[in-house]
Amino acid sequence: MATTTTPTTTKTEKYVGQRLRRREDPRFITGTATYVEDIKLPGAYYAGMVRSPHGAAKIRSIDVSKALARPGVIAVYTGQDTKNVGGVICGADLPGLRKPHHYILAVDRVYFPGHPVAVVVATDKYIAADAADDIEVDYEVTQAVTHPEKALAPGAPAVHPEWPDNTAFVFHQVGGDPDKAFAEAEVIVKQRITSQRLVANPMETRGVVADWRAADRTLHIHTSTQIPHLARTLLSIMLGLEENRVHLVAPMVGGGFGCKLNVYAEEAIVAFVSMKLNKPVKWIETRRENFMTTIQGRGHVDYYELAAKKDGTVTGIKLKLIQDLGAYHQLLTPAIPTLSVLMMPGLYNVRNIKAEVVGVFTNCVPTDAYRGAGRPEATHGIERMMDILAAELKMDPAELRRKNFVGKDQFPFATATGLNYDSGDYAATLDKAMQISDYAGLRKQQVEARKQGRLMGIGLSTYGEICAMGPSPATPAGGWESATVRIEPSGKVTVLTGISPHGQGEETTFAQIAADELGVHVDDITVIHGDTAIVQYGIGTFGSRGTAVGGTAVYIALQDLKDKITRWGAMFLNSEDVHFAGGVVTDNKTGQTVALGTIAAAAYRAMKLPPGMDPGLMATKFFEPSNFTYPFGAHIVVSEIDPATGQIEIRRYVAVDDIGNILNPLIVDGQLHGGVAQGLGQALWENAVYDDNGQLITGEFMDYAMPKASTMPWIESAHTCTPSPVNPLGVKGVGEAGTIGSTPAMVNSVVDALSHLGVRHIDMPLTPEKIWKLVSTHAGSQAA
Amino acid sequence: MIPNSFEYSAPASLSEALGLIAAGGKPLGGGMSLIPMMKLRLAAPEHLVDIGRLTELSYIRESAEGIHIGAGCTHFAVESSALLMGKCPLIAETANYIGDIQVRNMGTIGGSVAHADPAADYPAALQALEATIVLKSAKKERKVSAAKFFIDTFTTALKEDEIVSEIIVPLEAGLTGTSYQKFLQPASGFAIVGVAARARREGGKISLIRVGVTGLSGNSFRATKVEAALLGSAGTDAEVTAAAAHATDGADASSDLHASAEYRAHLARIYTARAISAALSRTA
Repeated sequence: MATTTTPTTTKTEKYVGQRLRRREDPRFITGTATYVEDIKLPGAYYAGMVRSPHGAAKIRSIDVSKALARPGVIAVYTGQDTKNVGGVICGADLPGLRKPHHYILAVDRVYFPGHPVAVVVATDKYIAADAADDIEVDYEVTQAVTHPEKALAPGAPAVHPEWPDNTAFVFHQVGGDPDKAFAEAEVIVKQRITSQRLVANPMETRGVVADWRAADRTLHIHTSTQIPHLARTLLSIMLGLEENRVHLVAPMVGGGFGCKLNVYAEEAIVAFVSMKLNKPVKWIETRRENFMTTIQGRGHVDYYELAAKKDGTVTGIKLKLIQDLGAYHQLLTPAIPTLSVLMMPGLYNVRNIKAEVVGVFTNCVPTDAYRGAGRPEATHGIERMMDILAAELKMDPAELRRKNFVGKDQFPFATATGLNYDSGDYAATLDKAMQISDYAGLRKQQVEARKQGRLMGIGLSTYGEICAMGPSPATPAGGWESATVRIEPSGKVTVLTGISPHGQGEETTFAQIAADELGVHVDDITVIHGDTAIVQYGIGTFGSRGTAVGGTAVYIALQDLKDKITRWGAMFLNSEDVHFAGGVVTDNKTGQTVALGTIAAAAYRAMKLPPGMDPGLMATKFFEPSNFTYPFGAHIVVSEIDPATGQIEIRRYVAVDDIGNILNPLIVDGQLHGGVAQGLGQALWENAVYDDNGQLITGEFMDYAMPKASTMPWIESAHTCTPSPVNPLGVKGVGEAGTIGSTPAMVNSVVDALSHLGVRHIDMPLTPEKIWKLVSTHAGSQAA
Repeated sequence: MIPNSFEYSAPASLSEALGLIAAGGKPLGGGMSLIPMMKLRLAAPEHLVDIGRLTELSYIRESAEGIHIGAGCTHFAVESSALLMGKCPLIAETANYIGDIQVRNMGTIGGSVAHADPAADYPAALQALEATIVLKSAKKERKVSAAKFFIDTFTTALKEDEIVSEIIVPLEAGLTGTSYQKFLQPASGFAIVGVAARARREGGKISLIRVGVTGLSGNSFRATKVEAALLGSAGTDAEVTAAAAHATDGADASSDLHASAEYRAHLARIYTARAISAALSRTA
């Protein structure tokens, strides 16, 4: 057994904290990443979906004969063929929740435009598309209802005939004594605030390849998902197949934003077809299908009331939240608005809250988690209300916020909604944002601008969010995460993570963590994810949990592994007084060292084992977080409006975010920039509009306006750092921060630009026409 | 997003292409409008004849008649042409406003003009420039003014066997100022309204004024009432604003998700004034 007196490698450089370029990017930039569409299996058939053109209709009959006669068509299945397959699963539950059975193919009714009624299988995708057009469905069209308040009105058409009030659930939450707070309030402000439906629009649409290998009785699925392990479990339940006979891979996934935190009918349909035909079958969602049939986000009508004292102290919040659920519950649909309730008080020390959530069925595609999932809506609500209150009290909105902040000495802070904020210094982010933007100077500029008849706005949002989802008792499917770290015989390191990155860059950040802990070069680390046959069970990537929960699992597995390495080193060095650092175990007395590579080779060769040690060198750990984390920040938007057209120009965008410790500032920048873009998208452009007949009229990029590089402001980004005590990395999560902070800051800026005309609120998106009409109708009504 | 099946030809010469078109083929330029329509199955031509690759249609050259722009020129070729920027900057400026860089690299002026989308950018400029559209079939060639070419929404003077082969724009006199001003539809990048203006001032008076409007209604048009109101005036801001109020005279303003008829008409008047003011500021 060899020992060495000189270390073979020394690694003192720390990777964590460095702006390392993402190792994922070369494959994306060069177009060599493997997405579901790139999975080409020999002899594969292609599936095409036949979809309802109506929002609501009864199916009288389906004639498939013409399709079956088309050369190249293999089979057609309708809801009659698949009705014994398990329905699409909703993982969320609430008291009294009404759960309609969600057949994978419609059986006798269709409930939303795009609802699949049949699947065509053909030898190529063009034939499948032609044959889908051949299928004649005889519909008896019924009246659709697409707006949640219209669905609640007496006499509205019933989305599900068994529940004529269209109400899936009513959920109440009370904290403190809100009735007393409102009875004693010196000021009460009220506002109806909507948060429109949004389409997630990942660059890669959904897609599935299913390959049933009858001889092995195994089903191999590639699907574009954020939750490969959960998808495997749920699909095995739907298909009635033993879970250990399902192998599911999330290959490279081109964006999810929550819309792939789901298991969809089409995944089960494609698997069903493969099992019927004993052939691999592929389905790739078209962009048009993605607009119509992948879950959408938001969809709120909120009625807010704030109770306050004249000095600006907010004493109570009431919220009636009407959630447009769509026609069905997807995986988490009914749970999303309950997150809004938790986030109701924002960063403010408000002790009395009362919320009523009404979940409403409509003839639209279901809503579910979309970047921020419930928190953007809540943040938008409270941040708008703070501005409305500030206007009512003629207070500066920054001062009003500061007055109500939870103080930095109050953490951990138990909110009136039952959360326990981990750490924070809210005034510090606001101070920094005000300093960077020269807030006082901006207010002076605004006074000057108004004298010249210009419309300049300064908008603030001081946002908080719930991240690192989350403690298992607070989540529908377990909130822990797993990691395996394995030192290979050659000394190279493999990390298997249970999360499923799809743009978040953890192949890089987890390598940074492992390289620092093991004292090896970052390029010696490989991070693997997304394959249920390779990676131990995990939960997935969503809710800004990847690094805070998944990264922590990697970190604690590394601690376990380091302990093993140290024990191996002790054996080599024949000493108990040793330590592991910089890739070597060192005898503290003699200074003798043994390198990790030497230990790894010996651990697999296993000629001699340390006492109680198994051969091999790996550790698997599951991390259960004790709490969520609570990032926060302050965003300031300076805007100017063209009074003649209502066109909005963003003059400055200042973002100060506190996300705890930062592992890779480059990736954090990217997450924040992307998040801000998406949040501005909701504020200014995006809108999934259904007409009263149940048609999605913004169903393609010609009509659904997305943020573009050319429409983005320069983002002046800065940070404060309040490490989270919830995990040893001190990280909080950054995936959703930009989306949550930006939307209300933008809207507040535009309302502020018009506030001297008496404008108090504008619903999103802030289209130029809306603004122009407000300017036209309020001109000359300059408020004192 | 999967089109019906179709035949595709990429002829090597214009004459071959015109023969295929005479036999019923549908000409394909850059495919920026036709291909998306086919993918949505809103159009299902049986035979596409790709004329976007013909070098015979890809030229920008000067003659005594004006500047000849081959129909196959991409929008990028138009916006970046030194000849156009120097001698007919309005068309180059307009091309710069089309879609995004990918669209401008693929789309062709001939394809856009032939498609006659009521919210396309070129028609405003071509109306203001009183441009000539050259139409060609296997049998003959003819010239049509822009005013007569654009008949209605997606409707032009083109016959079934004809293609747009060339656009002829005038050589601007040195004193002429031009401008294209556009209010974007935020999703598609098309014009909610787009206004192209050309103006000349001699002896302190406007001696030439041409205003082309797109996006406002089902067809592009020349705002002749605006022109008449300004001709001979000094072109003060007040005069421009007053004249621009006529931009919507006789036009049936369109209404859609992105702009009501009222707002579109308002924008047309605002953008007409802005385009004229910008053009006047560029007069020598």
